[in-house]
Amino acid sequence: MNTSEIIQCTNLQRTFGKTKALNSVDLSVGRGRIVGLAAPNAAGKTTLIKILAGLLQPTGGSALIDGELPGVYTKTITAYLPDKPCFPDWMRVQDSIDIYADFYTDFDRNKANEISRTLKLDRNVAIRTLSKGTKEKLQLMLVMSRKAQLYLLDEPLAGIDPAARDFMLHTIVAGYNEAGTVLISTHLITDVEKLLDEVIFLKEGSVVLHRSAEEIRETEGKSVDELFREMFRFEA
Amino acid sequence: MDFKLKDARPIWQQLADQMTESIVTGEYQPGERFPSVRDLALQAGVNPNTMQRALSKLEETGLLITSRTAGRNVTEDEEILRAVRRQLAEKRVAEYLEDMEKLGFSRGKAAEYAGNFRKGQEL
Repeated sequence: MNTSEIIQCTNLQRTFGKTKALNSVDLSVGRGRIVGLAAPNAAGKTTLIKILAGLLQPTGGSALIDGELPGVYTKTITAYLPDKPCFPDWMRVQDSIDIYADFYTDFDRNKANEISRTLKLDRNVAIRTLSKGTKEKLQLMLVMSRKAQLYLLDEPLAGIDPAARDFMLHTIVAGYNEAGTVLISTHLITDVEKLLDEVIFLKEGSVVLHRSAEEIRETEGKSVDELFREMFRFEA
Repeated sequence: MDFKLKDARPIWQQLADQMTESIVTGEYQPGERFPSVRDLALQAGVNPNTMQRALSKLEETGLLITSRTAGRNVTEDEEILRAVRRQLAEKRVAEYLEDMEKLGFSRGKAAEYAGNFRKGQEL
């Protein structure tokens, strides 16, 4: 398949018991874009990303990746960065690279080596001994070493110091396949503001805004971050 | 190139302005090869699509010449460089005069002050 939209959600819903995590999401995202998914905590970001990654089933409506329901095919073209890195205890850095290379045909070992060198990741070290930030870097390295059509990055900058943050952003821009789309979820827009083509704001499980970032700056005369703060201002 | 970006103005415009500046001030010489979209995007920490849009603007003004084989080069047309320099000068002088007017100085006075300017000079 090669639909013009890489992501297409129609009336997408997900409930957990009585809680509606996704109320009704209608969304289409094109190819070759870097898209910010911004929302306050508990607005449904991770739920949406997990459905797109094929890890959660919707309770209503549908989500299509490249025209297909999330499944074996969509996983071959989707690179997913979970909100928390998870590696088995026994793994060394090299093992994680081997597993990714084995699992995904679009994995590029050269790229992985190159990024590991710049990140100064020792490949013989056990992953469980790495700091939280270094684990996140490793996870991002693995994801960005794939030539995917869709990158789903759930809070890629959450546990990282500001200096490493620039490096991570650099890795994302330098690494992504230009025909591919990157969806980055965040609650700190300033960090990624300059990278974004488009932004999506989620509120209480629904999309409340989906626009071009430059268009927002042009027509509103304010940054995406300012607009976000305005729309989600804490009202006491 | 050293980019300084603020968030509230469209980023492509800021990039275009700063690259224009770097050409007319001679940081990039006439005829010199201009860096690639991706390299510039990485230097500025922006989306390659945004950088592309800024570069298109410079191509429109004629400051950059794109050829299919040789990539992007700075124009060697002095006429264009002069015209862009004049535009920038116009804008800055207009800003100066406007600021001085706000401070209560006439155009003539502002011009005279600028002409004889040294630090600590009486107005």
